[in-house]
Amino acid sequence: MLFFIGRRLYQAALVMLTVALIAFAMFQYVGDPVSNLAGQDTTVAERELLKERLGLNDSVLEQFSRFVINAVQGEFGVSYRMRVPVRDLIAERFPATLELSMMSAFLALLVGIPMGVYTALNRDSWLSRSFMTLSLIGISLPTFLIGIFLILFFGVILQWLPTFGRGEVVDLGWWSTGMLTGSGWRSMIMPAITLAVFQMTLIVRLIRAEMLEVLRTDYIKFARARGLSERSISFSHALKNTLVPVITIIGLQIGSLIAFAIITESVFQWPGMGLLFIQAIGEVDIPIMSAYLLLIGFVFVVINLIVDILYYTIDPRLRVEK
Amino acid sequence: MPLLQIRGMRVEFPSRRGSVTAVRDVNFELESGEILGIVGESGAGKSTIANAILGLLEPPGIMSRGEVLLDGECIDGLPIELMRKIRGKRIGMIFQDPLTSLNPLQTIEEQLVETIKIHLQFGESEAQKHAISMLEQVGIPDPDIRIKHYPHQFSGGMRQRVVIALSLCANPEVILADEPTTALDVSIQAQILDLMRRLVRETGVGMIIITHDMGVISEICDRVMVMYRGDVVETGPTRKILGNPDHPYTRSLISAVPRADRRMDRFPLVEYIEAAGTPHKPIDVQDHWLGKARNFGGSKNEFLVSVKDLEMRFTTVRSMFKSRRRYLKAVDRVSFDIRPGEVLGLVGESGSGKSTVARLICGIYKPYAGQVVFDGTDLTSLGSRRQINIYRRQMQMIFQDPFSSLNARMRVADIVAEPIRFHRLASSNKEVLAIVDDLLDHVGLGAAAGKKFPHEFSGGQRQRISIARALATRPRFLICDEPTSALDVSIQAQILNLLKDLQEELQLTMLFISHDLPVIRQVCDRVAVMRDGKLVEEAKTEDLFNKPQNEYTAHLLKLMPRLHSHGAK
Amino acid sequence: MRDFLQRFFGGDLWWSFRSSPMVIVAAITTFVMIFSSAFANIVAPYDIFDLTQFNLMDSLKPPVWMERGEVGFLLGTDDQGRDVLSTILYGSRISLLVGFFSVISAMVLGIIIGLIAGYSGGWVDAVLMRIADVQLSFPAILIALLVNGIISGLLPGEAQADLAIYVLIVAISLSFWVQYARTVRSSTMVERTKEYVQAAQVIGLPQPLILLRHILPNVMGPVLVIATIQLALAIITEATLSFLGVGVPPTSPSLGTLIRIGNDYLFSGEWWITVFPGLALVILVLAVNILGDWLRDALNPKLR
Repeated sequence: MLFFIGRRLYQAALVMLTVALIAFAMFQYVGDPVSNLAGQDTTVAERELLKERLGLNDSVLEQFSRFVINAVQGEFGVSYRMRVPVRDLIAERFPATLELSMMSAFLALLVGIPMGVYTALNRDSWLSRSFMTLSLIGISLPTFLIGIFLILFFGVILQWLPTFGRGEVVDLGWWSTGMLTGSGWRSMIMPAITLAVFQMTLIVRLIRAEMLEVLRTDYIKFARARGLSERSISFSHALKNTLVPVITIIGLQIGSLIAFAIITESVFQWPGMGLLFIQAIGEVDIPIMSAYLLLIGFVFVVINLIVDILYYTIDPRLRVEK
Repeated sequence: MPLLQIRGMRVEFPSRRGSVTAVRDVNFELESGEILGIVGESGAGKSTIANAILGLLEPPGIMSRGEVLLDGECIDGLPIELMRKIRGKRIGMIFQDPLTSLNPLQTIEEQLVETIKIHLQFGESEAQKHAISMLEQVGIPDPDIRIKHYPHQFSGGMRQRVVIALSLCANPEVILADEPTTALDVSIQAQILDLMRRLVRETGVGMIIITHDMGVISEICDRVMVMYRGDVVETGPTRKILGNPDHPYTRSLISAVPRADRRMDRFPLVEYIEAAGTPHKPIDVQDHWLGKARNFGGSKNEFLVSVKDLEMRFTTVRSMFKSRRRYLKAVDRVSFDIRPGEVLGLVGESGSGKSTVARLICGIYKPYAGQVVFDGTDLTSLGSRRQINIYRRQMQMIFQDPFSSLNARMRVADIVAEPIRFHRLASSNKEVLAIVDDLLDHVGLGAAAGKKFPHEFSGGQRQRISIARALATRPRFLICDEPTSALDVSIQAQILNLLKDLQEELQLTMLFISHDLPVIRQVCDRVAVMRDGKLVEEAKTEDLFNKPQNEYTAHLLKLMPRLHSHGAK
Repeated sequence: MRDFLQRFFGGDLWWSFRSSPMVIVAAITTFVMIFSSAFANIVAPYDIFDLTQFNLMDSLKPPVWMERGEVGFLLGTDDQGRDVLSTILYGSRISLLVGFFSVISAMVLGIIIGLIAGYSGGWVDAVLMRIADVQLSFPAILIALLVNGIISGLLPGEAQADLAIYVLIVAISLSFWVQYARTVRSSTMVERTKEYVQAAQVIGLPQPLILLRHILPNVMGPVLVIATIQLALAIITEATLSFLGVGVPPTSPSLGTLIRIGNDYLFSGEWWITVFPGLALVILVLAVNILGDWLRDALNPKLR
């Protein structure tokens, strides 16, 4: 077990290092940090001084290691445009994105898993056929269009729900939450659905495909031939075996929700990290871009690690000592 | 009243091109304590019968006519809840592949206890006790410890024992065993058959064994039912069917089974089976294309092929550190020689390294150590591709699996022409095509076969295409790696005859690899036996079969199913 | 050729196509949309790039069946007075163009990398697949955003608008190649051990020839299925990037750009500027997805 986790940690570190390298390369080669930080009318001497202060005259390796050490401490530099430390910007925006993503993940799993299992078990019923058709429409609807259509119907025409922002938020000091106010909840509804639809349809289709695969195996046939109940075959035999491959992908999906939030946030003007990032791209604000990349990378690595440990507990074949 | 009775069973698979009848008008009976064998070649409908009895036909299959009577009660068409009380409780089933029949995520105990509790109204601890005693009964050592293990912790043979325990744990009256030993090695097969026979004697269940293997039938069955393409052709006591069959199909089938007890020149050509195509035309090497550019009898070397201290390792545990890497010695210092025109047999169970030896000789794998000497030249010392290709051309290989050994995206003519074109063995494209047509004709397919794609041919025909492709480089040395083990016996007989004829006419030197001792006896001049990567014995075929020197060889010979021991002939 | 046609029309693929009305409708829809956008300059009522053909006076007219609607503008006009139907036709052209080219370049890149990784194994495989793994842990849209952002950042300002479409294609294909590479790699690893490849080795064929002549044709099946599904995804990705304002510029609008423009008018009631391009996008993607789904099921013998 320890060896297993150690190995995964080592791989995770490797992934993070790669991501850091990309983020660092962006700093190095895209745009000029000095002219971005200095004003229009600074002298050459002042520029040199700034360059020296930023350590841009050191070797690339030194700069990279400083970059990594800073990043580990949560130090990502100062935004070119807003002249504010990136750390503060992200700390301010992070709760909004996390609440939105978790809400969507919850929705997607709650609806997606039962629907996937149902369509696999009752392949030919009209209900699963209509579920499958719906899911096809679901993956064909671009996230931003879902948002726009929802805004049009529930925001503009019916005027039931707010169309932008988080509503009233309660500041808990280190965390600002919209989950404690009615307007916060109402503001959450449309963005959460928008974000969840694509993932949900993916989960439905994935679970269905994997489960059909498992239902064709010999051990399911053998279980039937032993007279086990359909309930036990479907849930304790087939579903559990389905979960093994599905967990990885669902883990990745949940991770990607945070990244997909970029689109939803920009449709609903949701004050999260995605909105920050998309604005940064427009303005080539490299510190924000690279910090966002690192953060997303970190979230993915953590999710992957959790998935691996889950895997390990579900599948006994991984537990053999070779 | 018979225990199980099938009356007029007909199973159909409706499809858009009309309904396919898999089983037609089948009638039979099974008594308690009896073992009935259902035998037939692929596509005969044997497994369909077992699935139909339990109501487990794959959709869209349906049993359109007939009855299944268990103890006089009709059980076909029962509602699913009642059927479930019969499956496992009154009729148990054993599947072919023990590696895939067990749920990988549950311990043996969970699977046994669940089945027991459903059928026997036992409490948890009682069910556990029963489970342990079942494992003991099927011969699993330390059952109280092993029961906590997961399927992947058992070997193939042990897993099949667990599968048997699972099928027997609710004390069924009937067991259906669908090719229960096909996926196992000979020595394991013998143990499992022993176990099944013992269980039938002890518990008095009735057992139906479905198999394609006449050896299994002769070992274990009391009565036999022979099937051919969905029809029952003959039913009777094992001794009668094997020794003195009435139906011509049964006779063909039995004559096609290679005999273990003596060597015959050729397999008797049998009627009633897949048409062999145009009859084989003899080739005269003196004036035929296949004989061109070959110095017959001109070799100055005593041996055409010599293998010296050949070694091959596969990495089983990868690691950055040398000390932590683990290897499997697939081939461990193997040496042998083959004279020109000789057929050397290489025998061993799965995992013995015999196929690896073949792949080392023809250069698919690179040896870890040792030499492969062909006509006096050490191939492992050759550097350039061009030099190696001169020798590559002279040795060819025929593979085991007729379904994967031909590129499905190429026409047969292109498959056979590829080596001719690559080695520039013909001057024009017209000549290439003429040679291809001729080769296809010689392997009994007819020149028209060239325009088709591989999927339009049966397994036996595909093996003929493989042979034509191998001949296309005008080889002197042919490696046959289990060339018939994926084929039905009747087809096997044809292919072996073809190989024998070609070997004689073209004076080919051959390395013939097989796990099937009777086949080896029919084909080879000398035999080498391999075990765990090592060569344990090498002798003239008749000497080896009559008085084996090595203990392992003797053991293998003893396990060899002797079909004709019952025989009246 | 006749032989081939006979085989095709007698085969299971054609049969399963014919027996599913939804697939036929999807195929016709796809064809009509590709055709009409490819010949947009003939089919479309107006040329949206010709400034003389539209007039600010006509701006924000609703569709023809509504009050104030005009027969000349079937689906209404946008803020600049351009006919929405015409912008949709020209917009689909850009969307499809970007979609096709990014899928093709992603496919070529992925196949090459996948073949090499799968056939050579060892450290080459390990390195290539590690890269793929790292990339796969990020959603394609994020990669495309990043690549797009970085390339645009590197380009001088005046070139950005001109090269936007190419940058977009590069960004999307760089975010999509992984799928192909992984699929091709795993099927190559399966095919590599098959006996027909060993037979080719025994004949003496050199590796590149074995890869091209024997393995490649046998791994193309799943690749084509992925390509169809990816085409839908590429169109969505392009639309999303354009909607976010980092894709093609408004001067040569794609469907995504049109939706972005219309989004500003959503609250003032001019819904048609957004909704019609949006519907066109959904119909196109849905049709392609239905085709891809059908192709996958029809080519997967296990599901039959």
